[in-house]
Amino acid sequence: MTEPALRTTLPRAPFSPGGDHEIDARIAEKLLAIALRDGGDYADLYFEYRIGADYVLEDERIKTVGRGVSVGLGVRVVKGDATGYAYTEDLSFDRMAQAARTAGQIAAGGGSHRTFRIEAFAVPNRYSVQSLSLEAPPADKLALLRAADRAARAYDPRIVKVDVSFVEQLKEILVVTSDGRMTRDVLPMVRFGVHTVAEEGSKRQSGRSGGGGRYGLEYFDAPNHTPEWHGREAARIAIAMLDARDAPAGEFEVVLGPADSGILLHEAVGHGLEADFNRKKTSNYSDAIGQQVASPLCTVVDDGTIDHARGSINVDDEGNASRSNVLIENGVLVGYMHDRISARHFGVDPTGNGRRQSFRHMPLPRMTNTSLLPGEHSPEEILRSVKFGVYAKRFSGGQVNISNGDFVFSLTEGYLIEDGRLTAPLKGVNLIGNGPDALRKVTMVGNDYELSDGMWTCGKDGQSVPVGVGTPTVKISKITVGGTQTG
Amino acid sequence: MTTRRRTPRRDLTAELSDIAQRVVDLARRAGADDAEVLVRDGAELTVKVRLGEPELVQQAGSRALGLRVFKDRRAATTYTSDLRPDALAAFTRDTVALAELSEPDDLNRLPDPGELARDVPDLELFDPSATAIDAAEALRRAKAAEKAAFAYDRRVTNSDGATWSRNVGAVAFATSGGFCGAYRGSYASLYVEPVCDDEGGKKRNGYWWTASRFVAQLDDPEYVGTVAAQRTVAQLGARKVDTCEVPVVFEPEAGRAIPGLLFSVANGAAFYRKASYLIGREGTPVASPLVTIVDDPLIPRAPGSRPFDGDGLPTRRNTIVRDGVLDTVLCDVYSARKLGRASTGSAGRGVGGNPAPTTSNLILCAGEGDRDTIVAATDRGLYVTSMMGFGFNPVTGDFSRGAAGFWIEGGEIAFPVAEVTISANFDDLLRRIDRVGADVDTRSSTQVPTFRVSHMTVAGK
Repeated sequence: MTEPALRTTLPRAPFSPGGDHEIDARIAEKLLAIALRDGGDYADLYFEYRIGADYVLEDERIKTVGRGVSVGLGVRVVKGDATGYAYTEDLSFDRMAQAARTAGQIAAGGGSHRTFRIEAFAVPNRYSVQSLSLEAPPADKLALLRAADRAARAYDPRIVKVDVSFVEQLKEILVVTSDGRMTRDVLPMVRFGVHTVAEEGSKRQSGRSGGGGRYGLEYFDAPNHTPEWHGREAARIAIAMLDARDAPAGEFEVVLGPADSGILLHEAVGHGLEADFNRKKTSNYSDAIGQQVASPLCTVVDDGTIDHARGSINVDDEGNASRSNVLIENGVLVGYMHDRISARHFGVDPTGNGRRQSFRHMPLPRMTNTSLLPGEHSPEEILRSVKFGVYAKRFSGGQVNISNGDFVFSLTEGYLIEDGRLTAPLKGVNLIGNGPDALRKVTMVGNDYELSDGMWTCGKDGQSVPVGVGTPTVKISKITVGGTQTG
Repeated sequence: MTTRRRTPRRDLTAELSDIAQRVVDLARRAGADDAEVLVRDGAELTVKVRLGEPELVQQAGSRALGLRVFKDRRAATTYTSDLRPDALAAFTRDTVALAELSEPDDLNRLPDPGELARDVPDLELFDPSATAIDAAEALRRAKAAEKAAFAYDRRVTNSDGATWSRNVGAVAFATSGGFCGAYRGSYASLYVEPVCDDEGGKKRNGYWWTASRFVAQLDDPEYVGTVAAQRTVAQLGARKVDTCEVPVVFEPEAGRAIPGLLFSVANGAAFYRKASYLIGREGTPVASPLVTIVDDPLIPRAPGSRPFDGDGLPTRRNTIVRDGVLDTVLCDVYSARKLGRASTGSAGRGVGGNPAPTTSNLILCAGEGDRDTIVAATDRGLYVTSMMGFGFNPVTGDFSRGAAGFWIEGGEIAFPVAEVTISANFDDLLRRIDRVGADVDTRSSTQVPTFRVSHMTVAGK
């Protein structure tokens, strides 16, 4: 194939130094003055430039190649507990000023002229990459898709269908706040996924594997990140599940495998500890700081500073540096995750959790990478301790009702445990529990902590953001398994 | 090519069509054999009130363009929000270059000219008075709804707020194959979410909503707030039940997920990807004879209606399941060609992606009776008002989801239930539907009445 005449050097964000619409402190000060002219207490500007590409292989052929670019400014004005929000995709000064005026109307009736001193605010970089994936020759990326496809097909002749996708993205942001802070960040992201279908007689099953994070193409260097590894893993799951039997129904002992099971933390406690729900007292964890909300074996941390993790951010979308925040320590609730509004309400420092989907959305308290820290038991010990139960290995997702803490998560690879050993694979099934109740029933925590390979996207109030989850092997003494076998 | 309605900005569709056609020409000049361009323009107003005070006022307009080009049977799909003429010229050239990276596929070509829609029917999708509601009026309505929720019952002690929202927009689609169409649309909604305190520190939230393309057709804010409060208070004391196998009655609010899942396995893309347990089942029974499911894009004023599809084909009413028999699998042009058949005019297309089969107004057709008669005919079972989670495997049909609702005892609602799952293979679930009501809920683009599944596994204690 001939190398196409495609630009391989990326256009820079138009608001960056040297760009068509360069934003410096002076312009930002002007816009903030307009935003606060009606008497708002606080304002911020969020400039975002996003460029992405995607590659899809279907039926052993590169089916399509896609690319997208978006740019815009979101202006937020806060007055008391009320927020005014407006955005524009046009970075001409007139349009930006119009957005600032629209957002500022929330404070109608006030009125004062204010001046600002904006200064650059530097943050450490958690995801410096050797070479941006978007700048690499496209042929290199197509080779990754083909390698995964070949590996999946070679795994077993019963694999009849393989789809592979690769998505790469670069996001550049500039956050300017009326309390004088101007912060820039450049966030890379790659995501690789393989989907297989296996067929044997009339039986058919599917398998998925994938991962990624804030990497360049060096993501694929690790032995369990190669395209071949993901291809074989997706094939392995589909083949293993061909023999799946109906899952039991009712309350059972459940062992959660390492890494992906972190979705349990995310749903069972993570959302309930986002401070907006607690400020409004609509979470089942409201007013519970200092209380024992989980087994003493549980320490839960949300950490936005893990190198290259999918949920990591150098700076949050309101200009606060990312941190590692302990949420639950030895079972005791010690803190919430805050955005600027909730931090002010609770009189605490911002925790670096103010995140948004894009410049079209206002920031909310959101998780970054949420983990249960390791305990003392080996995974073998934990498994051996179970007479009859369910082992949960891989999940497709979960959901929680914040107000009462009821959560579900959907198991895509699970096994029956009989006399301390994994026996039959189980058909896909939902587990349902209640956050505080399930965490009180954590009876063993493994020493095999792993961060899940980056695939997770979290939705809240119609906004999606990338997150990470991690956990060691965990045993929960009782949780409802939604199978069909009642016998 | 555009709607007949006279509106204050009736030039918007013409303006977007001009942009779309201009970019089609740019792509041809840059070397594309063919090109398709979608331009979308939208303006939103969202206000949220909580505890009687404004919490959010968000207003903005946005515009974006999606392009797909074909060159030597290779394809590329791109989008941009930068519609300045210079930027569009560079964007178009890059897209044509990008297409050279993909591999030739004989199916990568435009629909045959004879298949294209010749006119754009006026389905009354746009309410010219939608923009007459300003932020102040929207806040007033949201406040009234939340106030009604608090007034309904003293046990409503908190609120996650009331949100009034409307979007107006327009979309234009042009192709080098000769299609150019555009239409405007509007959509408004009000959503209220009260909170009660339950025993043991638990809280119970409930919600209710109204939505319509026409502002005048929305339910009164007071009514929406009152129903939201009724539904929230009714959940106080919800508990698990013992694991059992019983009839399950689906309220439309929960049951509308079921035709949605059926579509996910009864479309051309799922078929050619082998991601459906229904492959090979066309013309055979896949559901109870009481079940007829149609997809109808031509209902005037309905939320999911569309005058042409994402390939530029005319839209039409398709019957997916007729009296329990799998009749029509919804296809766009690509998946239809892949399966060696004709498109059903069901392509959806967003600005950023390729066309794919989508539903318009997906309807489980009315039978007899309603919620009250179906519950009364159920001696013992579960009445499901909400479901949680994503437990559905399209390849095998395994279905397992979290559920909440009410226990039915002696044909009456007995007590609220939470934290259980309902499970069955989806094939069995559809065949076991033994009651379908006439009380179709038309607020959403997926519309179902109350219906009952004769037995499912309810996992609880």
